[in-house]
Amino acid sequence: MPVALRVVPCLDVDAGRVVKGVRFEGLRDAGDPVELARRYDAEGADEITFLDVSASTSGRATTLETVTAAAEQIFVPLTVGGGVRSVSDVEALLRAGADKVGVNTAAIARPELIGDITRRFGNQVLVVSVDARRCPPGVETPSGFEVTTHGGRRGTGIDAVTWASEAADRGAGEVLLNSIDADGTKDGFDIEMLTAVRAAVDVPLVASGGAGTTQDFVAAAATGADAVLAASVFHFGTLTIAGVKDALRGAGHVVR
Amino acid sequence: MSESRPTVVVLDYGSGNTHSAVRALERAGADVTLTADPALVASADGLVVPGVGAFAAVMEQLLAVGGDRMVERRLAGGRPVLGICVGLQVLFAAGVEHGSRTVGLDQWPGVVEPLEAEIVPHMGWSGVQPPADTVLFRGVEDELFYFVHSYGVATDPADLLAEAGTTALTPPRVTWSEHGSRFVAAVENGPLSATQFHPEKSGDAGARLLRNWVGTLRP
Repeated sequence: MPVALRVVPCLDVDAGRVVKGVRFEGLRDAGDPVELARRYDAEGADEITFLDVSASTSGRATTLETVTAAAEQIFVPLTVGGGVRSVSDVEALLRAGADKVGVNTAAIARPELIGDITRRFGNQVLVVSVDARRCPPGVETPSGFEVTTHGGRRGTGIDAVTWASEAADRGAGEVLLNSIDADGTKDGFDIEMLTAVRAAVDVPLVASGGAGTTQDFVAAAATGADAVLAASVFHFGTLTIAGVKDALRGAGHVVR
Repeated sequence: MSESRPTVVVLDYGSGNTHSAVRALERAGADVTLTADPALVASADGLVVPGVGAFAAVMEQLLAVGGDRMVERRLAGGRPVLGICVGLQVLFAAGVEHGSRTVGLDQWPGVVEPLEAEIVPHMGWSGVQPPADTVLFRGVEDELFYFVHSYGVATDPADLLAEAGTTALTPPRVTWSEHGSRFVAAVENGPLSATQFHPEKSGDAGARLLRNWVGTLRP
C-alpha cells in the first residue's frame, strides 16, 4: 500500500493569533491557533501548517510559544514557516516543538542555507516553500513559471521548476509549491505547474493555492503530489477534511 | 497518583522535538521525565529513546550522555526500552549514510541503509503488517502511522540471527511496512521495542500504541 495522500490545513498566525477570519461553530476562541489546530487534528488533518506572518520580533517570540502549546496538544506533525532566515531560526522552532520548518525567501537569497540546515537537523525537517507564478509579460523562464518573493509581489526571474529541483538536490526534504496566480481564487490548483515540478523533484511535493472544491484536490493529487494544502476552504467551512478525503478515496487514492 | 502510574524517562540528549513524545506518553498513562540523569534512567519503569536526523549524529549525541550503557544496563535487567525513529535505527548493528558506516548499539543484526523508492524521504502515513502475537499494535493492526525517514532496515533480524546460528531466548518479531520496498516498521523483542514511525505524531493510533507499551510497564 502506498503512503497515504496527506490533507493539510494551513493557518496564518500573527503574534500568536490566527489572521484571516475563521468561521467555525462551537469554537471558544476562533483566533486561537492551538484550538483550531486541535479541531483540525480531531477532524482528521494529516498534518498542520502554521504560517507565521508576524512582522515584529515580539510577534515571532509569541509564535514560538504558540508552537509549543500546539506541539503539546496535537498529535499529528506540525510544520511552521514564515520569516525563517537562519539555522538559529530553525533551531528555535524545532526546540519550540515544530516537526518541520518551512523556508522561502531566505533560501532563494542564500541557497547554501538549505545545506546548512539539513546537515545540522536532517533533510526531513526542511520544507522549501516556492511561491511561483506564470511568467508575466516581459519575463521568460525555460518552464514558463517564475519564483516570486514577498508573498508574490516581487518576481525574481528565477525558473520555478529549476529552483524546486535545486532545492531538493541541496537537501530539502519536501517542496511546497504555492501558486500565486491561483492562491485565493478557489478556481483550482495550477495543475500544469504541479505537473512540471513533480517531474523534476523526487522529494515529497505539497500542492498549494487555489483549492475551491473537492474535485480540485483530486486534480492536484492526480499530478503525483504527495500532499494537498488549503486554508480558507477549511477555515470557512466550505469543505471539510473528511469531505476532501472521501473525494480522494473515491478517485482511488489512499487516505488515512 | 504517581504511585499507580508507571514512570517513563524520555532520554534527553539533544534530539529535536520531544514535547509531543512527553505529552503523548503522559496521555498514555505514564509519569514522564525528560532527562539524561543515569540514576533516573536506570530506575524508571520505561525508557524512551527518541531520535531524529542523521544516524551518525544521533549515535554521537547518544554516546556523549552514556546512552549505550544506559540501554545495556536496562536490558540486562529486563527493563523496558522503546526506541523511536532514529531511536529504532541505532539499535541495529550499523548505519550507512553517504557511503560512510557508523556502528550502532548492535542490539539486533542488520544495517540501516538508504531507502530505495521513487520519492524519498518517506514522509507520511503508511500501513503496517504486525505479527499475530503483537503487543504494541493490539487494536491498531490496520491503522496508518506517521513515518518520516530516508533510511531503513530491509532485513529481518530474526533471520540474520538464525543464519548466524544464534539461538535467541526471545527472537525479535518484526512489523513490516513498505515504501518502494519493504522495511522494518517496528520490532518487539522482550523488553526492547522500537518503531521507525513516530507514535507521538500518529494521532489516535499512535496514542493506542503508546498505551499498549505503557501497559507493559510495571510500576
